[in-house]
Amino acid sequence: MRKITFSEATLEAMTEEMQRDDRVFVMGEDIARQGGIFGQFKGLPQKFGTGRVLDTPISETAIAGAGVGAALAGLRPVVDMHFADFITVCMDEVVNQMAKIRYMFGGQCTIPLVLRAPDGIIRSAAAQHSQSLESWFLHVPGLKVVIPSNPADAKGLLKAAIRSDDPVLYFEHKALFPMKGPVPGGDHVVPIGKASISRAGQDVTIVSYSAMAHRALEAADKLAGQGIEAEVIDLRTISPLDKETIFTSLAKTHRLVIAHEAVKTGGVGAEIAALVAEEALDLLDAPVARLGAPYVPVPFSPSLEKLVKITADDIAGAALAICK
Amino acid sequence: MNYDAEFLRYLYRRMVSIRLFEEKVGELFLAGELPGFVHLYIGEEAIAVGVCASLTDRDYITSTHRGHGHCLAKGAQILPMMAEIYGKKAGYCKGKGGSMHIADFTVGMLGANGVVGGGYNLAVGAALAAKMRQTGQVAVCFFGDGASNRGTFHEGINMAAAWKLPVIFVNENNQWASTTPCHTTTAIENIADRAAGYGIPGVIVDGNDAFAVYETARQAVERARQGGGPTLIEAKTYRIKGHFVGDPEMYRTKAEVQKHFDENDPLKNFAKKVTAAKWLKQADLDAIQAAVAAEVAQAVEEARRAPYPEDGELFDDLYAEGGLK
Ligand SMILES: Cc1ncc(C[n+]2csc(CCOP(=O)(O)OP(=O)(O)O)c2C)c(N)n1
Repeated sequence: MRKITFSEATLEAMTEEMQRDDRVFVMGEDIARQGGIFGQFKGLPQKFGTGRVLDTPISETAIAGAGVGAALAGLRPVVDMHFADFITVCMDEVVNQMAKIRYMFGGQCTIPLVLRAPDGIIRSAAAQHSQSLESWFLHVPGLKVVIPSNPADAKGLLKAAIRSDDPVLYFEHKALFPMKGPVPGGDHVVPIGKASISRAGQDVTIVSYSAMAHRALEAADKLAGQGIEAEVIDLRTISPLDKETIFTSLAKTHRLVIAHEAVKTGGVGAEIAALVAEEALDLLDAPVARLGAPYVPVPFSPSLEKLVKITADDIAGAALAICK
Repeated sequence: MNYDAEFLRYLYRRMVSIRLFEEKVGELFLAGELPGFVHLYIGEEAIAVGVCASLTDRDYITSTHRGHGHCLAKGAQILPMMAEIYGKKAGYCKGKGGSMHIADFTVGMLGANGVVGGGYNLAVGAALAAKMRQTGQVAVCFFGDGASNRGTFHEGINMAAAWKLPVIFVNENNQWASTTPCHTTTAIENIADRAAGYGIPGVIVDGNDAFAVYETARQAVERARQGGGPTLIEAKTYRIKGHFVGDPEMYRTKAEVQKHFDENDPLKNFAKKVTAAKWLKQADLDAIQAAVAAEVAQAVEEARRAPYPEDGELFDDLYAEGGLK
């Protein structure tokens, strides 16, 4: 299969969906003239014109809010947040408007909007440019949240998100943009709400997503060297959570490790651990191991930044500890 | 207008400090010595220095992602700034902030900001505190043309105007917001014209002329100190360097940039004016330049050698009262 980068994969999704449906358009900062910070919008204005690929002012409130308005009026906007950290600027538009309008107004409308948000730690970008905020949005009914880890899912989930009639937050890890991987040709769509099993095994289940999914696979390699076969689940969507895939795996392994880059406290791992405790406690033979960043903003200095990152060794160590 | 020689030397020293500091930081970054990313203030020195020359150490400023110049103009020291940019423990923020998050509260520098438009309301709040406590302090908010389109601009200026707070909003209109020319995202020609909508004075000044900036800021500061409320100053300038160091700058020509620099370099403007008026000799300027160059070189040496923060410092300063580990 051909290999393309994560960034190119999202660009293919955008191109195909904009060709397929002329209601799809995209707006954000520095996307037409620059092509996006990560090249993820390169060439779109040449193909579709600056009437459908809009460079906005630095006005996240207007970008997200006008996205909602355009969706209400029949378009299918993709809005870009530049960095996921800046969703904080338009929390009203996301939480009170985007997520609630359809329900509040008794289902009179749909909000087919995608909000793209590059997140995660890269190269000492420091506290205001490194966050992983995805878990906040699990707590907001009305939103869907996807978070791919590789080019194929990046493409397939973005296409699904654009076709969805509900608002979808699309988190894309900054460190993944240059990553290459196989992407199927044709109309490759990955369903929202479905996790994937990226490695099969029967001794322990490692649940992860986004860039951390790669650390999980590395951890599984390390564990295999010690005779432990880990099953690795890449969630791909975190709202709605695919608990069936997790429970099915646990029925086999009886051990669960959850790893994400986001702060551990109140993270996606907490929700999964709670679900397992409520609905599948009998499946567990050992306590759940949760890995996430320590409870601290991401520090600038490389010597401190590395302390908040979860490594493959951390994951393998946690798995070993519950497999004893 | 006449200026005493000491004041002129002070102005030049601060501007040269910024220029040489930024040139060195750019060089070090390209050499791969610095983590993170850096935005340089080269070509805009007259604004920060002209404005801060009208303030005292007790007055406040809030800054931006392009904040090194504001820091140095307000009186921050070169060594702890350099150490911070290296991510070293000797830095102003103990290595936790980096280039985009330098602050020196001892000189009223309330911090650079990674969030565009994050500074307005911090300045408004500092001015509110000054007014409530009747301290006579003022606060200055520096912000870019791009930042003028954040909603916080409106909320901050309106509240400050309604309450006649001692705050001065200083727009650094360098005509670019990253890759986006100001005129494509802003329908009015002058950001200062927006002042009318808030019932406050809006003043346009040549941001490449330290004297013009200083005189304009002085009047705004005086007005604020006397209870007259805010002023919106728009300092027209041009962003000489890329948005960040390493920016390929595909969106403009080298010739355009060079033309602006040749015609409007604030340091050259200053030198020309003070030597022509015989206020200072070229030798005075050269001596300042040499002293600053030595200080910057020394700071690089020390910052390079300085230790990184230790693992045990990760949780320090999260809460004033200590906290979770
Ligand atoms: C809220 C927010 N949106 C977007 C960004 C990304 N960003 C950083 S600097 C910048 C351009 C800022 O332009 P301007 O305010 O004119 O300042 P200049 O860089 O020209 O000094 C952008 C878009 C950000 N840091 N914060």
